[in-house]
Amino acid sequence: MAILIFKIALILILFLISLGVAAYATYGERKVAAFMQDRIGPDRAGPFGLLQPIADGTKMFMKEEIIPNVSDKLLFILGPCIFMVTSLMTSAVIPWGTAMEFGGVKYAMQVADINIGILYVFGVVSLGVYGIMIGGWASNNKFALLGAVRASSQMISYELAMGMSLIAVIMMSGSLSLTDIVTSQGDGKLWGFIPVSGLNWNIFYQPMGFIIFLICAFAECNRTPFDLPECDTELIGGFHTEYSSMKLGLYLFAEYINMFISGAIISCLYFGGYNFPGLTYLSTVLNPNIVALLSFGALFAKAIFFVFFFMWIRWTIPRFRYDQLMKLGWQILLPLSIINVLLTGGILTIFNK
Amino acid sequence: MIQLTSRSKVVVDKKMSFKEKLYLPAIAKGMAITFMHMFKKAATLRYPEVKREFAPVYRGMHVLKRDEEGRENCTACGLCAVACPAEAITIDGAERQKGEEKLYREEKYAAKYEINMLRCIFCGLCEEACPKDAIYLTDRIVESSYTRNSFVFGKDLLVEKMDDRIDISKRKKEYHID
Repeated sequence: MAILIFKIALILILFLISLGVAAYATYGERKVAAFMQDRIGPDRAGPFGLLQPIADGTKMFMKEEIIPNVSDKLLFILGPCIFMVTSLMTSAVIPWGTAMEFGGVKYAMQVADINIGILYVFGVVSLGVYGIMIGGWASNNKFALLGAVRASSQMISYELAMGMSLIAVIMMSGSLSLTDIVTSQGDGKLWGFIPVSGLNWNIFYQPMGFIIFLICAFAECNRTPFDLPECDTELIGGFHTEYSSMKLGLYLFAEYINMFISGAIISCLYFGGYNFPGLTYLSTVLNPNIVALLSFGALFAKAIFFVFFFMWIRWTIPRFRYDQLMKLGWQILLPLSIINVLLTGGILTIFNK
Repeated sequence: MIQLTSRSKVVVDKKMSFKEKLYLPAIAKGMAITFMHMFKKAATLRYPEVKREFAPVYRGMHVLKRDEEGRENCTACGLCAVACPAEAITIDGAERQKGEEKLYREEKYAAKYEINMLRCIFCGLCEEACPKDAIYLTDRIVESSYTRNSFVFGKDLLVEKMDDRIDISKRKKEYHID
């Protein structure tokens, strides 16, 4: 019973955190864009414009809800729902921190510790494409359809390279469970000889895999330089051209949640998840609950850094052309990731004899 | 070929080296540039609170000047209306009555002075035509409105108030050399 209450509380907290981060990511995006372009950005709503997301959200709710006559109404409503639900579901398997302890019982800071966690993430993420595809198709608009087609083909092509680069990580940890992947990065010496605990991160073993995964994450989140599904200059808004009011809001919101979750997953896979140097020492002296919160803070900071990184890239690099995008995905990233898998396998067999 | 500027670059269709083909160094360089911009001073002015200063030659809304004693300079000679290429100015002259010496500087004054701001092209010819230093274009902006009639500015809007005098020294220097 206690574990059920803990899980429900955790789900609620994660839900609120995801939504809060997504809301403030829109504010952050505008601020980052402004700073990088020598501007100020939103600063009218509240101190430093901090109430801007609330104003934006209210605006979204107040807007007129338009469902085109020629659209497939059920699918039109279903599209943003699927996109939002899938983007929220992904956070379920992420280990957000070390275990908490109440009354002598340990509770893992993870909604569900399934032993194929990373496969679950991939499954749910690829379900997210349906949200875009269905929304774009149901709009019955050529721009929306073009956006949807672009989104689905792009996601399928980049998921391959993403999965391949991931295989190298799985080979190192020997498990598909995200908990195992994160804990394996917590102990042991870096490269076998640098004695810093909690810094045995995969990034130091898999730099190429990390870059491939990062690029694919950009493509999966439909972010610049791979934002072809919704590029305003060519497709007006891509798959969400026909959407208005909160349905559009859901699409935009889910994109930011996706960014946050993919940041968390990248941190889990390559940057040690909730591990940070000194975690093992702190867990011996401090209350486990405080340690759990600290480790959660570490993962949160890493995820937020990646959200910032996504924005940073957005305001630096222009958009790819579609043939370049496909060429990069199929002819460069996929072979590279396969080579990465081979290299990792070779090195593992040599050193782990 | 003659070089027209020192900044022009000759475009060469050469093969990219491996380092250039990687793109990652170039991306890192670009990211460093954008990151440096985060610490630069914003070029933005917070508009309604802070206003950007206009150039001295800026020609905005007109003002009908008074002299130091608060008497209107305008004598309704009509030169501005004649000079106006857009025919935006309408003047009705009147003779100064006894007891009005404090209001008008000379014995004739403009009973009605209207500028149609929708017709006005803000060329400044009225200002140049005026022999009495009466009309000047200022750095004020003509406010927007919903009706056409409200853009016909009468003396109530054009003549400067004594407690809120309009500084035209910058424009005076520009055009009137004594």
